[in-house]
Amino acid sequence: MSDISQSAMKLPGITAANAAPWLIATLFLLVLPFIFSANSAITIMNQMAITIIFALAYNMLLGQGGMLSFGHAVYLGAGGFMCMHIMNYVEDYSLPLPLPLLPLFGGIFGLGLATIVGAFSTRSAGTVFAMISLGIGELLAACSIIIVAFFGGEEGIPGDRTYGLPFFGVEFLQQIEVYYLIIFWLVLSALLMFLFSRTPAGRMANAVRDNPERAEFLGYSARRVRYISFCASGFFAGIAGGLLAINLEILTGEDLGLLLSGEILLITFLGGVGFFFGPIIGAIVFTLLKTVLGLETELWQLYVGALFVATVMYFPGGFAGVLMMHAPSAKLGKLKLLVVPYIKTLVPAFFAVMGAAGFFEIMFHMRHAAVGEEEMTIFWTTFNSHSVLPTAVTIGVTVVGFWLAKRSAPDMAAAWHASITPNKPAGASAGERPADSQAQGGGS
Amino acid sequence: MDLILVNIIDGLVYGLLLFMLSAGLTLIFSMMGVLNFAHASFYMLGAYFAYQISQTMGFWPGLLIAPLVVGVMGALVERYGLRRVHQYGHVPELIFTFGLALLIEELVQFFWGTNQMAYETPEILQFAAFSIGANSVSAYKVFMIFASISIFLALLYVLTRTRVGMVIQAALSYPKTVEALGHNVPLVFMGVFGVGTALAGVAGVIAGPQLGTFPGMAILLGSIVFVTIVIGGLGSLWGALLASLLIGWLTTFAAASSFEFADILLALGMERPADMDDSILRDLWTLTLPQIGPILPYMLMVLILVVRPHGLMGKRGV
Repeated sequence: MSDISQSAMKLPGITAANAAPWLIATLFLLVLPFIFSANSAITIMNQMAITIIFALAYNMLLGQGGMLSFGHAVYLGAGGFMCMHIMNYVEDYSLPLPLPLLPLFGGIFGLGLATIVGAFSTRSAGTVFAMISLGIGELLAACSIIIVAFFGGEEGIPGDRTYGLPFFGVEFLQQIEVYYLIIFWLVLSALLMFLFSRTPAGRMANAVRDNPERAEFLGYSARRVRYISFCASGFFAGIAGGLLAINLEILTGEDLGLLLSGEILLITFLGGVGFFFGPIIGAIVFTLLKTVLGLETELWQLYVGALFVATVMYFPGGFAGVLMMHAPSAKLGKLKLLVVPYIKTLVPAFFAVMGAAGFFEIMFHMRHAAVGEEEMTIFWTTFNSHSVLPTAVTIGVTVVGFWLAKRSAPDMAAAWHASITPNKPAGASAGERPADSQAQGGGS
Repeated sequence: MDLILVNIIDGLVYGLLLFMLSAGLTLIFSMMGVLNFAHASFYMLGAYFAYQISQTMGFWPGLLIAPLVVGVMGALVERYGLRRVHQYGHVPELIFTFGLALLIEELVQFFWGTNQMAYETPEILQFAAFSIGANSVSAYKVFMIFASISIFLALLYVLTRTRVGMVIQAALSYPKTVEALGHNVPLVFMGVFGVGTALAGVAGVIAGPQLGTFPGMAILLGSIVFVTIVIGGLGSLWGALLASLLIGWLTTFAAASSFEFADILLALGMERPADMDDSILRDLWTLTLPQIGPILPYMLMVLILVVRPHGLMGKRGV
């Protein structure tokens, strides 16, 4: 699948080279709260870390196993609700269960549900699997309103994470304490999921994804391989659910609904399903978009939707795929070749996108602002949204930017081809378009 | 008895509406092998366009123009979106239509806001056609039934009796051979996609005044339509009809029934607990059939997929 995986195959055991990214990431996570110490920042980071676990678990299905699920939030929700009940139960009967162990029970419950559902849903991948997952998702989402005893109906189930005795002096009253609990589980589960993808079971999941028939001829049951991936994915989704329960202290039907299932599909695909770290990028970018862009504009979902459709159409490898397109250039030390062509194309493209966004904002303001309110502010400029000039400016910027970007795009593609071609044979192969080669990244 | 008759008519209206959506969807699936997640979004677009047209020109021009616009949009989506994604395989296609559904919902909210539109039935149909006992059946419902049945008959005629229909049917099973015979199969695909979405548009125009025109209408019906074609058997027009009517009646009767699960528990010899909060079966005691009505189709679908993946009348597995 990628160079990284091949090198991991060649070098058994732990080496400095393959442990380094993990150590750096862990250190980075540990010092992160000292850089962003505001409470709101920590809340966002908690959310982000949980989303990363969930997205990685989802990618075990979509990216590594080739199974498209429209109802994966069910396992997150099931684990989360179970943890909430255990939390309340332990508090009522003052049992000695330390809070940091709680997500494990969420994982076990997610695993349990996945073993039941997976028993019949993993018979085939593709459309049948997608449809069954949608059906199960709808069923459980509907059940969350009907079965009040377990899901708490519309009010949801509240809990208190500060129950019981402090765990080595930590009471989990503050967000920062929860943050360290979450990143402990994040690093642990990410590592386990990475190692799972390196086990024979994980490798076979890739094989079954790419060619189930051939895998069957080799003597593996495609169904069994999918089933193992599915159960493992359910387990980690359950862990994410348990952490969600601890973080939010209240869960409602939304936490296993189809909206969340769709969101995680979007996150994972945006990040890139072809590489292990893709969903991590996706989760970070999406959470930032949701919180930062969501503060700036009401239209953020429109932009995210457009970004998603554009990604599916033009960059099926997602962010990770685009990044890894440049790995060969970096290896050849030719990244600097790309700087000027990229600036020439991407800067006008950026302005074109911003211009289009401005146009949409003005349109939205004209249609939906309160009657009589004609002033609006975008890009640090305040103007009358009903006057012609701003609209004309945004259209002009969009058209000119698009034209400039389109004009220099072939140069950029040529530069990219030149950068991935070793020096010896002079002249780049001009036949292949970049979009086609990106397709190799999106292996699903 | 009266109530049963009324329910039969209501279920028929709902079932035929589902059929208009599922007919297009199942045709598109059997041609291209892709389940169009955004199909219900085109239904929503149909309703919104028709509403916009009805503001200036009245209901009837909308019935004609809106589906055409939706059909053209669908054809463009196939030509410039799906055909591009097709090279990556079926799962990215499904993801593409999923993204499209999200995008269309956002766009609808962008243009029309989140409130329900005041899209009304035409005045000429605002009377009670007949009444059964004390329940009157509106003329609009009768119109809906006739409109859907005539569309079904027209579709059946085109598919089985005309040359175009023959080419489509042949392209369903042997696209390569049909292409070798000199037919433009990609054009056929685009046409089928356009007609399928136009059918969804018609359904939207007709259902908009009855079921409400709001941004959630696509999601509300979208997954039920999926369920319908999976139960009916993917690619089977008759299966889609059967499953649509089945689901229409199933949900209508479930919603209208007064059955309580407490009756079963009482029949089993259990006693109604004095304090509901203490009982572990609390939810079972208070559960009624109308409550679980909306999830019955999903249960049926999961059951069908497990027991008979071909669906009721499908010839091949999903």
